[in-house]
Amino acid sequence: MMIGVMALQGGFAKHCETLSKLGTNWCEVRAKEDLKKIDGLIIPGGESTTMLKLLKDEGMFEPLKEFTSSHPTFGTCAGLILMAKRVENPSQDSLGLLDITAGRNAYGRQVDSFNQLVNIPIFNTEPFELIFIRAPQILETGSNVTVLARCQDKPVLIQQGFWLGATFHPELTNDTRIHQLFLSIVNQRRSVAA
Amino acid sequence: MAESLLKLKTGLAEMLKGGVIMDVTDATQAKIAEDAGAAAVMALERVPADIRREGGVARMASPKKIREIMDAVSIPVMAKARIGHFVEAQILEEMGVDFVDESEVLTPADEEHHINKHAFKAPFVCGARNLGEALRRIAEGAAMIRTKGEAGTGNIVEAVRHLRTIRRDIRQLTVLDQEELMAESKRLQSPYELILMVARDGKLPVPNFAAGGVATPADAALCMYLGAESVFVGSGIFKSEDPAVRARAIVKAVTHYKDPKALLEASYELGEPMRGIEIEKIAQEDMLQTRGW
Repeated sequence: MMIGVMALQGGFAKHCETLSKLGTNWCEVRAKEDLKKIDGLIIPGGESTTMLKLLKDEGMFEPLKEFTSSHPTFGTCAGLILMAKRVENPSQDSLGLLDITAGRNAYGRQVDSFNQLVNIPIFNTEPFELIFIRAPQILETGSNVTVLARCQDKPVLIQQGFWLGATFHPELTNDTRIHQLFLSIVNQRRSVAA
Repeated sequence: MAESLLKLKTGLAEMLKGGVIMDVTDATQAKIAEDAGAAAVMALERVPADIRREGGVARMASPKKIREIMDAVSIPVMAKARIGHFVEAQILEEMGVDFVDESEVLTPADEEHHINKHAFKAPFVCGARNLGEALRRIAEGAAMIRTKGEAGTGNIVEAVRHLRTIRRDIRQLTVLDQEELMAESKRLQSPYELILMVARDGKLPVPNFAAGGVATPADAALCMYLGAESVFVGSGIFKSEDPAVRARAIVKAVTHYKDPKALLEASYELGEPMRGIEIEKIAQEDMLQTRGW
């Protein structure tokens, strides 16, 4: 199994560290050729406008759209914004995967960034430290979207088929449970495909 | 609590990795920078090249100007405070600026002390020329380090020197005996705990970016090769002939710094770069990098 981490811009390094900790093979994805060798993709946080610009300028947007439509993909923060079908504040283009409306910078600026311990029912043991940095909010979810965790009453971790999205940054903690969840989705998908 | 606050601060720095942070002096420039793919903008009154030319005391930009820039873009906005001027920093934090640069480009307000950055919720970036300086700033609470280079010159030589120095200092720590680390802490004039951390991890405990003298896509890529995780571009963009094209090219160069083909493409038809100054032609008292201690 090979996991790609989109490394055009943003918090890709910490995702790579987390995957190394789990003993998973990973590679950086900077060009469309890189998509050929991976089974699943992580789109990190960072600036969604910057990533979008780079994807489009280099003809990578359409290949990425095609890849992600049929492969497990996990987006954190800006990654989730890129995966959302609808984006607000301001509205912008996206890969159109997750049936949600994402509001950018919905909690405010950096001084409003925060962290909070939250119980995630599917893990049901230790609470998870959620780190929100200039985070987006999930404003609406379609009926095919499963909300895995809420914080302050808002959905913050969601799954739709083999797509996973978080408005916070699990890669900035030492807690690997959400990455493990994604790896299990990739494994499942591979066994279905095989 | 302090530890979780630091996580939020360095977390934003993590999100800026692999990106370009561009100096802008008004909303129009900010928009050009954002459209070109800047990961953040630095709001200031004058770019370093103009500060250098015009002289006088360089201070924090006017809040009105910063506000105008914050309203124009959705990416993070940074602003500079003078070294040691914690009140300027308080004002910037109150405004909701996303990152404060305690910068040698502005005229220092305190010739002995830097700001106690732990006291702020806003993250800080500080300049450094070597590992000792970087670790002193981190001990004071900086969430990001950038090399100082020599701002406003369009000359990359000082940034290269500082990147190489920091990288060499770090490598050296990783091969020393445990007994030697205290002496190294004394030599570098930085806290023993941080020295131990760097010796163990082989890197700074916070992200390390480059700044000072970046004028071309190749300059930016060179910084990335030398261990920078992102690049600040000051005068290099808006003092060039075609800022929008150059800004986009530098963004591309940072992402694809290991790909000479992409770098060649990024370096094509850029128009004239900023003029640039040789470091030997600058009087010692006009050097910006020697500010800060």
